[in-house]
Amino acid sequence: MPIYLPIAELSVNIWLVLGMGGIVGLLSGLFGVGGGFLMTPLLIFIGVPPTVAVGTQSVQIVASSVSGMLAHMRRNNVDFLMGGVLTAGGLIGSSLGVYLFNILKSTGHIDLTISLGYVVFLGVVGGFMLMESLPGALKKRPVAQALAARGPGRHIWMHGLPFKIRFRRSKLYISALLPAGIGFLVGLLVAMMGVGGGFLIVPAMIYLLGMPTQVVIGTSLFQITFVTAITALLQAIVNQSVDVVLALLLLVIAVISAQIGARLSGKVKGEQLRVMLAGMVLLVAISLAIGLVLPPKEPFSITVGNTP
Amino acid sequence: MRAAVLTLLLLTALPAHAQEEPRVPEVPLVADLSSHLVAITSRFTGTDVLLFGATDGPGDVAVVVTGPKRDEVVRHKTRVGPIWINTKDVTLASVPSYYRVVSSRPVEEFVPQTLLTRHEIGVDNIRMLTADENIPLDQLAEFRKALVRLKTNEGLYDQGIGAINMMSNRLFRAELHFPSNVPVGTYNVQVYLFREGQVVAAEIVPLNISKIGIGADIYDFAHNFASLYGLLAVLLAASAGWAASAVFRRV
Repeated sequence: MPIYLPIAELSVNIWLVLGMGGIVGLLSGLFGVGGGFLMTPLLIFIGVPPTVAVGTQSVQIVASSVSGMLAHMRRNNVDFLMGGVLTAGGLIGSSLGVYLFNILKSTGHIDLTISLGYVVFLGVVGGFMLMESLPGALKKRPVAQALAARGPGRHIWMHGLPFKIRFRRSKLYISALLPAGIGFLVGLLVAMMGVGGGFLIVPAMIYLLGMPTQVVIGTSLFQITFVTAITALLQAIVNQSVDVVLALLLLVIAVISAQIGARLSGKVKGEQLRVMLAGMVLLVAISLAIGLVLPPKEPFSITVGNTP
Repeated sequence: MRAAVLTLLLLTALPAHAQEEPRVPEVPLVADLSSHLVAITSRFTGTDVLLFGATDGPGDVAVVVTGPKRDEVVRHKTRVGPIWINTKDVTLASVPSYYRVVSSRPVEEFVPQTLLTRHEIGVDNIRMLTADENIPLDQLAEFRKALVRLKTNEGLYDQGIGAINMMSNRLFRAELHFPSNVPVGTYNVQVYLFREGQVVAAEIVPLNISKIGIGADIYDFAHNFASLYGLLAVLLAASAGWAASAVFRRV
């Protein structure tokens, strides 16, 4: 059954979209990942313009992170001050991101930027997941150790930064520039690639800031909720690239299937599935990379300029 | 009885109109469309519009359908290091967003090249201008060809041969196809009647393609009230997330 997406300006099969949203939602519930990094390339793959895929995806992330954030707020697992500082940095990052997005769109480099971003990004995420889930790598974790060694115990350059703030909930006394900087990078990613950025912000909070793990997830969801909300708003205003019909389809199916996935996660063998997911992510990264390197079948492309 | 009335009518009519009788087909060409409005709704998957008409005798008919004109940016990828990057772009000004020629037989057989060029009949004769004067002519031709090729692949350009059905050299009809990705705006359907390499008659029939229904309303809203639209989209998402957490907490 075809359904017309008014902003993407194309007809898609409704079952295809629901099926994709369902699978990504199930995976995100199973593994506790956002799913944006899988959904955005899939949308581009079925013909949704990259700009619309990224803009719409940010709306969907708002929906899924709000429900997660509320659950953590009930358990008092959110450091609001930390979340606020992260969000402030995130807002600057996402504003810059939306602006850059618009420039790259008009110079014709946006597709390449998004593809390149995803190659790096999926390569890193898939690589880490594979390392974590393969039994041999599980014991050592060299990267995690190296980062953890730079935790709050040692005094290095980042502890000499100005604007120190006491974050009571996280039991930290650090420069506000650190979380703001992390928030900035994540905001940039949200705007340019249509991902929530949880994969980046969670390890950064644990290993770089040294936050207690208990408040990490709730606080990161707090930041993701507000930064994606502002990004979605900016994308709608600057690029008119938010498709509510597509967003509604995706968020309804994703919310339901993520809950099913979360319930299933206790019952299925996580390790094998995790290896499979890692393999899948790496496969997408490799195929995108090949697409960038191989000579294109059609070296020309057209986009609409001005209407005279 | 009917025959008697007809005879009577003819007898009474004859004296007054006797001289004008041979001039009945005053126009050599008439044409119209089965519909002057194509509505793109949420379930639009492309449509056919019937073009029909009559001529006052033998001749060849060529129909040119053009969509709203706009500037198209054609980009060319070249290899930079290991990857392929858009390195050169040319803006072709006022290019038809949709273009289709249908004719009773290949247009080259009955239309001289000068007229093909003048009336922009055939994809190779579409006028495309560029503001960029530094670009060499052969390179420009390559970009033009690329545009036509890409548009053809999208189903927006086509040169259908023999798509017009002529009946007893008088009546003609053609199905004009508009695919699902057809741009909105005012279209011109130009119908030419050719005899011995000359345009004997021409007619322009307008056609309007517009979005209607909820999809069109959403599109207009998103472009005219972008901030409000964005705000509503975010609120919708946030309340959906809140509702989901409220529902699944109880389950």
